[in-house]
Amino acid sequence: MSSKYILKSVVLPNGDKRDIAIEDGFISAVSQNIAPTSHVVIDTKGSRVLPGLVDLHTHLREPGREDAETVLTGSRAGAKGGFTALSAMANTSPVADTAGVVEQVYRLGQDAGYLDVFPIGAVTKGLVGESLSEIGAMADSIARVRIFSDDGNCVFDPLLMRRALEYVKKFGGVIAQHAQDPRLTVGSQMNEGEISARLGLKGWPAVAEEAIIARDVLLADHVKSRLHICHVTTAGGVEIIRWAKQRGIDVTAEVTPHHLLLTDELTTSYDPIFKVNPPLRTSDDVHALREALAEGVIDIVATDHAPHPVESKECEWQEASFGMLGLETALSIVQKTMVETQLMTWEQVADRMSLAPARIGGYKNQGQEIAVGSAANLVVIDPSKNWQVDRDLTMSKATNTPYHGLTLPGVITHTFYEGRATVIDSVVQKIGDV
Amino acid sequence: MNVVLSAEDISRALTRISHEILERNHGSTNVAILGIPTRGAHLALRVAEIMAKIEGTNIPCGTLDITLHRDDLRLRPPRAIMPTLIPQSGIEGRDVVLIDDVLFSGRTIRSALDALGEVGRPKTVQLAVLVDRGHRELPIKADFVGKNLPSSLDQSVRVSLTEIDGRDEVVIESRKQP
Amino acid sequence: MKHLLSIADLNLQEAIGILDTATELSRINDGQIKKLPTLRGRTVVNLFAEDSTRTRISFEAAAKRLSADVINFSAKGSSISKGESLKDTAMTLQAMGADAVVIRHSASGAAQRLADNQWMSGAVINAGDGTHEHPSQALLDAFTIRKHLGKGSSDLQGLHVAIVGDILHSRVARSNVLLLALLGAKVTLVAPPTLLPIGIKKWPCAVSYDFDSVLPYVDAVMMLRVQQERMTELFFPNAREYSRYYGLNAERMRTLKPAALIMHPGPMNRGLEISAEVADSARSVITEQVSNGVSVRMAILYVLLAGSSLDVGSF
Repeated sequence: MSSKYILKSVVLPNGDKRDIAIEDGFISAVSQNIAPTSHVVIDTKGSRVLPGLVDLHTHLREPGREDAETVLTGSRAGAKGGFTALSAMANTSPVADTAGVVEQVYRLGQDAGYLDVFPIGAVTKGLVGESLSEIGAMADSIARVRIFSDDGNCVFDPLLMRRALEYVKKFGGVIAQHAQDPRLTVGSQMNEGEISARLGLKGWPAVAEEAIIARDVLLADHVKSRLHICHVTTAGGVEIIRWAKQRGIDVTAEVTPHHLLLTDELTTSYDPIFKVNPPLRTSDDVHALREALAEGVIDIVATDHAPHPVESKECEWQEASFGMLGLETALSIVQKTMVETQLMTWEQVADRMSLAPARIGGYKNQGQEIAVGSAANLVVIDPSKNWQVDRDLTMSKATNTPYHGLTLPGVITHTFYEGRATVIDSVVQKIGDV
Repeated sequence: MNVVLSAEDISRALTRISHEILERNHGSTNVAILGIPTRGAHLALRVAEIMAKIEGTNIPCGTLDITLHRDDLRLRPPRAIMPTLIPQSGIEGRDVVLIDDVLFSGRTIRSALDALGEVGRPKTVQLAVLVDRGHRELPIKADFVGKNLPSSLDQSVRVSLTEIDGRDEVVIESRKQP
Repeated sequence: MKHLLSIADLNLQEAIGILDTATELSRINDGQIKKLPTLRGRTVVNLFAEDSTRTRISFEAAAKRLSADVINFSAKGSSISKGESLKDTAMTLQAMGADAVVIRHSASGAAQRLADNQWMSGAVINAGDGTHEHPSQALLDAFTIRKHLGKGSSDLQGLHVAIVGDILHSRVARSNVLLLALLGAKVTLVAPPTLLPIGIKKWPCAVSYDFDSVLPYVDAVMMLRVQQERMTELFFPNAREYSRYYGLNAERMRTLKPAALIMHPGPMNRGLEISAEVADSARSVITEQVSNGVSVRMAILYVLLAGSSLDVGSF
């Protein structure tokens, strides 16, 4: 495989049309009309190039649920979706609450070789919210964990949350909170409102999310630490984060692609493909989230890619697992909801999906400007083309995409990870021996 | 389209049928009339009325819906169920006269006999129809017929009655080609 | 009509069609006829993943009176209790040639899942799904009200019905609100605020926390069962207090209009939501609801199963 490429006539995030040369894992030139020597020339015909996407919220399921996803299959799905870095959530089996597990996941990512896999460590041992996990050991491991999260569960005990926020200050870490008051959401199935009342599904009130966000920004302020709010879903949550940022509190927040597009109306089908935690909310919430992302109140898009085997979704709503696939559709959903609505420019897309997440995670060689000397982590997308989502064609091992059959804008044609093409002409390449 | 029975023809036919029923049953004392909805029920009322005038006494008259006993239910969209109204005096041991507008395949009458069996055990069951158009598919025959009307299978016979259609008339017409 | 999953799927004509059919069938039921040949050769499966003897035997009697073959598939001792998925159960029923499945399930939407997937081809009749709907109960309630208070017209225009109790968890209330509103009745829901769903505003009904202020104005009052576990879930302080504010006792009954009906879908908690005196009073049509249930369920089976399955038109 050649490691020298020229991307002809590609449009940079700022709108300038240039040629980009890639050599030895780095960008060697960005200018008009680069003459090829031993390069493979890719005529992009005016496609867009963005820095490789960085996901701060990915469920790769390995170890433990390799029937749903593995680090390898998740990496391929990531590459297909234009990602060059994923953050593997800690809710595996065993839980990523020790250096051993995070190192294993990190190595699996390296072996797969499609992108960087940065493990996220559990905040509490076993994710049960009782005592701190081996946060220091995970930070010092070869995986260099900086983000800690009990995602799937909320760190509900305020004292424990305070301690966690304080503890990670030692190495500049961040606590990524899954904001969900467990007492207000016992048995909850969907957003609490008109639709839940009609469908007879147990409601999941917005206040269960907002109360935790409010508490935690105050805690972060008090101990002067970094807080990241996972998957914000409510207009009220946005307001609290906006207030916190105005006060100078060190908080960042993410929104998922599905919460930018889908609403709780979809639940009326009782099809658990739309069952997700936190739940789909109302169209008012969707619009508030879009505006917050455009404004920067919400810093990043994170997929919350959550693969599940077929049987976990082919059942009654209340029996089904929470979660949906997101890696392969994320950029298209953002184009549809943010770019085509003229809420954001492509430059802002690059920020929300690459630069900002890499900054929050402290990920080296990720989320860099497209400039000479930057690591050649790039994605090329043709925004003028549409494609139809087909769950039978996912690179992910699972098929639980809520977008099956939907036509989306933006075809990702190429992904480069450290100068190697992981995707060429929309086809995921074979990397290494696997 | 061809008018085969006018209002006057229908009136005359029903009067004749009424007389025949009385003649066959030696008066009206043991007779009960049951019309098959929809048009048969109206014909039954008319026949009962004519008989009552002749005899100077009330004739027990009701309706017998056969929908739940049809053998062709599955071939068509579900039909609305019509009322079954059995006269106070019942049908047990009576001479029951079933009345329908058109006798064709005989399947309606077979269903009616089944439906009747659920209600009770009459002494005899007789059949009166306004029009017999032939093409029987079952061994069933009418005792009293307003008009025998030879027809071909690609024709349809349409009975209109004042109570439902605003006028009395029987027409025969070619079926519309699909 | 292929399935009966929710009252929301019915239009006025279809709802009245079922009620009219039930009226004719009840006349037959009142006579000597115990069995009709209408559904001979058809198989109806009662899939009861949640215990409900009364609904099951009502559907069973309805199917048998129409000569359908009935197979009972109930939770206890069946594969459902051993964790078999709804899909596998459905595929088993398909293999057995079920023409209709009457499903009672603790999960809201279970009936719709059964109908929407390609697991089986028969008609699906929702006999109560979680806290969602119980359409056949609403139809038999409307049938009962219409029989007593219908003014010759086919609908319930001008009548006022109160539904009292645990609205939040009641599938009976959800179906009844939709059907009564469709038939033109005014509905007032009466409950403590904790037992009313957030988001009820869009429902076609009024809401009151004050039972006594509603009672004198209604033509029928429908009492809902209060589950024992609601008390441990902090919905109200204790049974006594609930009963004091929302129980229908003899004293409250006296404030009703003279012709007003007292209804309850059963099973009753005597002494909690309804006193024995009220339940056994002359205004109570509670046992009649049960017998009307058979006619209404026969009508549902007739409408869904008697005709050709190719029909997509209206009844």
